[in-house]
Amino acid sequence: MNRADRSAQQVLEAEVLNLRAKLLEVAAGLDRIDRGAEPLADAGTMETFRGAIETLLRPGPNRAERIQLLFSRAYEDSWRENMEV
Amino acid sequence: MQYIDPHIHMVSRTTDDYETLAKMGCVAVSEPAFWAGYDRGSVEGFRDYFEQLTEFEPKRAGWYGIQHYTWLCINAKEAENVSLSREVIDMIPEFLDRPGVLGIGEIGLNKNTRNEATVFLEHLELAVRTQSQILIHTPHLEDKYQGTRMILDMLSGDSRIDRTRVLVDHVEEHTVRPVLEEGFWAGMTLYPVSKCTPDRAADMVEMYGPERLLVNSAGDWGPSKPTAVPDFIMAMRKRGHSEALIRQVVYENPLKFFSQSANFEFQVAK
Ligand SMILES: [Zn+2]
Repeated sequence: MNRADRSAQQVLEAEVLNLRAKLLEVAAGLDRIDRGAEPLADAGTMETFRGAIETLLRPGPNRAERIQLLFSRAYEDSWRENMEV
Repeated sequence: MQYIDPHIHMVSRTTDDYETLAKMGCVAVSEPAFWAGYDRGSVEGFRDYFEQLTEFEPKRAGWYGIQHYTWLCINAKEAENVSLSREVIDMIPEFLDRPGVLGIGEIGLNKNTRNEATVFLEHLELAVRTQSQILIHTPHLEDKYQGTRMILDMLSGDSRIDRTRVLVDHVEEHTVRPVLEEGFWAGMTLYPVSKCTPDRAADMVEMYGPERLLVNSAGDWGPSKPTAVPDFIMAMRKRGHSEALIRQVVYENPLKFFSQSANFEFQVAK
């Protein structure tokens, strides 16, 4: 492992404005959707986003990986038999 | 810092971009064949494209002291036309011995279909037969995880493939681990919105170490930034990482990977 020699506090200080801005972008983006004129046609995407936001609240260290998987189509290891390739 | 961009589509970029890359410290690029934004209609269209990749593009790069290498294939987006794909695969060997041709790529999957898998396997067959290195594109967004696992299944299912000569590109947090664990090289692509940011790429270097990891811009005709590798260098420096570690990822690793190809004749800058 090659980690820079930084404490969690130092990392937080380096990231604070960046993360603050991104959290506000998410909040404002969700508000923007709520202000849309018609009700949502596709509830599934919002459900996935809800899952992603819940993942943020759970302990790390692999939140990014878990959110990526939430956004992913499932993999089946029998795909070669199913597709006959 | 001198660096190499191991995945960039310079045919879609301007000569001014070459100049900017040179000013930023780029000494070499490797350009995989990819989709033009429309489906090419015939094998002759591909022959012309490979001619451009192997003749004119190295010349244009050379005007700014950048060494240009390339990879040849028909892209997964065009694989639904299986008969044209086969014609292209049959024609590729005409170009494989040209200077700067590193191997077969970027092959891969796009929507993870049966035809894409078939054409991918036939490209693998060509690579094995010609002892070529392989550069692999993994799909976008929600298709990436499934497609990457399918690609790893196909690679692992062929015992003739030397994993240290295969680069699986566009890895992200959910695909980097299996690629590295199975012994392949992994490429992280820095894009403005999709794929990786410089900071997330730096995170993966911290979590997995620098071995067999590459960073590229995949600059092309779409939203992309040809100078993304210097952004990664900057992100690593801001975190206090050593110049030696950064150089390993952006310079020594691509050299080590490409050096396995017979047509890689790299000139070290004085
Ligand atoms: Zn590409």
